[in-house]
Amino acid sequence: MPFASLRSLKALPLVNQLPPGPHYGLLAEFATPGELYHACERVRDAGFTRWDAHTPFPVHGLAGAMGLRRSPLPWIVLVMGLLGLTLGFLMQWWVHTVGYPLVISGKPYAAWPAYVPVAFELGVLFAALGAVFGMFALNRLPMHHHPLFRSRVFERVTDDAFFISIESWDPRFDPSATPALLESLGARRVELVES
Amino acid sequence: MTSERDFVALRPEQAAIPPGHSWNRLPVIGLVCALLGVVACAVLGLGNPKQFFFSWLVSYLFFLSLALGALFFVLIQYAVQGGWGIVLRRIGETVFATIPVMAALFLPLLLGLHDLYEWTHADTVEHDLLLQWKAPFLNVPFFLVRALVYFACWSFIALLYYRLSRGQDTTGDPLVSARLRRLAGPSLIVLAVTQTFASIDWIMSLTPHWYSTIFGVYFFSGSFVGFIALLSLTAVAMRRAGLLDTIISAEHLHDVGKLLFAFTAFWAYIAFSQFFLIWYANLPEETVWYKARMEGSWLTLSIILMVGHFVAPFFYLMGRAVKRNGDDAGGGGRLAPHHALRGPVLADHADAPSRRAQPVGAGRGRVRGRRGVLRGGGGLAHAAAGARAAPRPAAPRVARIREHVSHVARATCGVRRATCDVRRATCDVRRATCHVRRALAKARRAARHPVGSAFRRTRAGRAKAGRACRVAVSGVESADSEPGNRAVASSLIRRR
Repeated sequence: MPFASLRSLKALPLVNQLPPGPHYGLLAEFATPGELYHACERVRDAGFTRWDAHTPFPVHGLAGAMGLRRSPLPWIVLVMGLLGLTLGFLMQWWVHTVGYPLVISGKPYAAWPAYVPVAFELGVLFAALGAVFGMFALNRLPMHHHPLFRSRVFERVTDDAFFISIESWDPRFDPSATPALLESLGARRVELVES
Repeated sequence: MTSERDFVALRPEQAAIPPGHSWNRLPVIGLVCALLGVVACAVLGLGNPKQFFFSWLVSYLFFLSLALGALFFVLIQYAVQGGWGIVLRRIGETVFATIPVMAALFLPLLLGLHDLYEWTHADTVEHDLLLQWKAPFLNVPFFLVRALVYFACWSFIALLYYRLSRGQDTTGDPLVSARLRRLAGPSLIVLAVTQTFASIDWIMSLTPHWYSTIFGVYFFSGSFVGFIALLSLTAVAMRRAGLLDTIISAEHLHDVGKLLFAFTAFWAYIAFSQFFLIWYANLPEETVWYKARMEGSWLTLSIILMVGHFVAPFFYLMGRAVKRNGDDAGGGGRLAPHHALRGPVLADHADAPSRRAQPVGAGRGRVRGRRGVLRGGGGLAHAAAGARAAPRPAAPRVARIREHVSHVARATCGVRRATCDVRRATCDVRRATCHVRRALAKARRAARHPVGSAFRRTRAGRAKAGRACRVAVSGVESADSEPGNRAVASSLIRRR
């Protein structure tokens, strides 16, 4: 069965994107970015870990209010870039000195300035690939559907509404206390989203 | 949509150095430094005028390049209508306002042209074919005229931008910004050309036999990196001194840091491009410049340049915390909440022209209507009970639209059905016409047939011909007599 291996991939934490069980979590709608900002601070302070905020445009400082850690993506990009640079240099060095030594316009075999353009390009290529695929991996993409899209109210997230979603597998998630908390934070509407 | 709160009001006391502030002493400090410099020049330079002129030229070009970098920075901000750079623009304007002073500081070099530039030596040029060939460009009168043109252009642009921008502080006239934006493009072209030629005149012609077509860009990249570094240092110092500290935020420093990082890499790119092509082509008239810089004590200096101008700043400036001058609180920090909740910033976002959708509040009725709908859900109780949220009741407007749509659909259906009818009737008519034609043809064939003519004479033949004629006639009659066909045909005729 060719797809058996693909199915077993789902056991990996990287691909395990959604909470198990009948409910994805709670979706709370807020009227203004200010309300959302302060609600995020309170949700952060309440100790929730598996939750997210959704806005139609970037809200400055929201990452801080959500208590998000810095993304490790820059380090991935740096390591990949340096790897590409090193590989580019080593490849050319090996070809020009060991693999196929050839005198080119009277230069020494190990003429390093000539290696710079290709090494630079490979560094950029690796860094770019690292950035794209690192971003995909960190965001657990590709994901073709998301339970939040079931909510009709959530459609306004690209227009004029601000949302907090708390996933049901959060250790602090409670079917009765969490909606009450969100409501006390000024949510205009709280709704339970099915998986 | 532009309301009063959309403008970030900068009060005069925020934009000026308050009385009693230590920065008020800066002009005095500058004057003292200048006097010390003059004394040092007099003491050290009188004994060795050649060294004095070279030192003056290097120092002069360094500070001039900062002013030119500032001019480029402000012009490009206007040209691209940059928003974030407005709070930093005044620093750039102040830096390039020194250009007329720079023009005066150029005058001492006129005394040292003979010491500085080989191409001014008449006896050398006499025996040098290449310098003779370059003489139409590299001669003292034309050199002076060009310098005059450069300073005229730069001073004109610098004073224009400085005066109008300062005047805007009091008048608040938005048309000034529009005018300066229009002028920014042509000014940038003038600046690019004059700066390129100035670098060729004043630096490249020190080695008049050398060729490098990228040298103007090399000088420009250095000047811009220099100014961005000066800008970030000034901004940090101002924030520390409590000046503009509520206006210039860590976000601005971050942006300046990004520019500094990017143009450090740009400088290295240009510098390496110049070196690489010359090194690879290995032409003597080009390599001579690098040969001198790759030997002896100059090699040390070259390595310091590579490391100090590229490698060290590149890796140092890579991080985020450095660019933000330590203000690195997870994307938020001390200033961010202030930003996030400030009305104008948010209003700005909501009204950003790049957003396709109508901004919040532009269609008041629409938003209000939808809010009412959403409030009426009573979803919270359902959610708390673990049930699925109540389905959203259809808004009256949606229902109206649906009604319209179904009307249109029904009307379309009717039209289609009518078209169908017409087609079917046309078909009937055609089929009938066909029958008639076929019958007539048969009758004609029967009449003309040579055997037929003999056959017709017989009784059976006559009977058969008569039958065929009757069939033809009846076909015509039946086609004509069918009531539907007639009605359709007449209606078609009417319509045509």
